[in-house]
Amino acid sequence: MVDAFLAVLQRPNFLAFVIIFLWGFYIMVTRYNLVKKLIGMYLVQTSVIFFLVSISAKKGATVPVLLSTTEPVQAASYANPLPHVLTLTAIVVGVATLGVGLALCAAIYREYGSLDEEEILKKLE
Amino acid sequence: MIFSYEILLLLLMLVTAAGAIMVKDLMSAVLLLGSYSFFLALVWAWLGAVDVAFVEAVVGAGLATVLFLLTLFRTAPKDTRLRRPPPSLTTLIVFPLLGVLLLYAANDLPGFGDPNSPASVHISPTYLQQSYQDTHTPNVVTSVLMDYRSLDTMVETVVIFASGIACALLLRRHG
Repeated sequence: MVDAFLAVLQRPNFLAFVIIFLWGFYIMVTRYNLVKKLIGMYLVQTSVIFFLVSISAKKGATVPVLLSTTEPVQAASYANPLPHVLTLTAIVVGVATLGVGLALCAAIYREYGSLDEEEILKKLE
Repeated sequence: MIFSYEILLLLLMLVTAAGAIMVKDLMSAVLLLGSYSFFLALVWAWLGAVDVAFVEAVVGAGLATVLFLLTLFRTAPKDTRLRRPPPSLTTLIVFPLLGVLLLYAANDLPGFGDPNSPASVHISPTYLQQSYQDTHTPNVVTSVLMDYRSLDTMVETVVIFASGIACALLLRRHG
C-alpha cells in the first residue's frame, strides 16, 4: 500500500493524467448540458495524449531533431519520437471529431431550442 | 523533487482544467479550456515534444476554442440548470474504483524519464539512427510522420475531410 503510494508520488504526470481523465469522464456522464459534456470529452482526449507523451520523455534528452547529421546517433540523448507522431495524428483527429460534436449541438439547438438533455427528451415525447 | 518547474506547470494545468469544469458560464469555461491547452503545450515542450506542443497550441488551443465559441454564439451561452440531481449510486461506486485501480497500476509503470523504459528501447532507437540515411530529414518526427507512416497521415486527412463534410451537412440551412 505504501509502495503504491510512493510509486504514484514519483510519477506526478501519471497522477495528473488520472485526475483529468476521471474528472472529464465524470463530467461526460453526469452533466446535462451538451457543451459541458463536450468539454469533458476534450479533457479525456488531451489527458490520454498527455500520458502517451509523458512516456516518451527521457531524462537529460533533447528534442528529437538530430544535432549532427554526420556522427552516429546516440538514441539515449533524444526523446522517443514515435509517441509524438502517434499523438500528432490523435490531436488533429480529436479536434475534427470535436467539431462534428459541436455541429451536432448547433443542429440540436436549432431544432429543439435547448442544449439541456432533459428538456430535449421532454420535447421528443 | 527533480522536476520542480514541471510540478508548477502540472498544477496550473490542473487548476485551469478544474476551472473549465466548475465554472457555470460556458463562455468562461471554454476560455479556461483554451488556457488549459496552452499549459498542456508548455508541459509538452518541457518534455521535449516540441512538434506535439506546436500542434496542441495551434489546433487544440486555437481551433478548438474557436469552434466552441462559434457554437456558443449560435446557441445558449449559459448552463441553465442551477440545481442538478445527485449522481446515481453506480457512478459513485464505479469512478472511485476506477481511480484506485489506475493509481494502483502506477507501481508497474516504468520510471518517469527512464531511458531504458520498454517504450524507448524496442524500435525507436532504430528510427532515430536510420531516419537520416533513409529520408535526409534531421527532424525524426517529420520523417516518421511524412515518410515511414505517410499512408496513416493520408488516411488522417480523409478523416478530417469526412468530418468537414459532416459539419457542412449538419449546419445546412434547410435540410
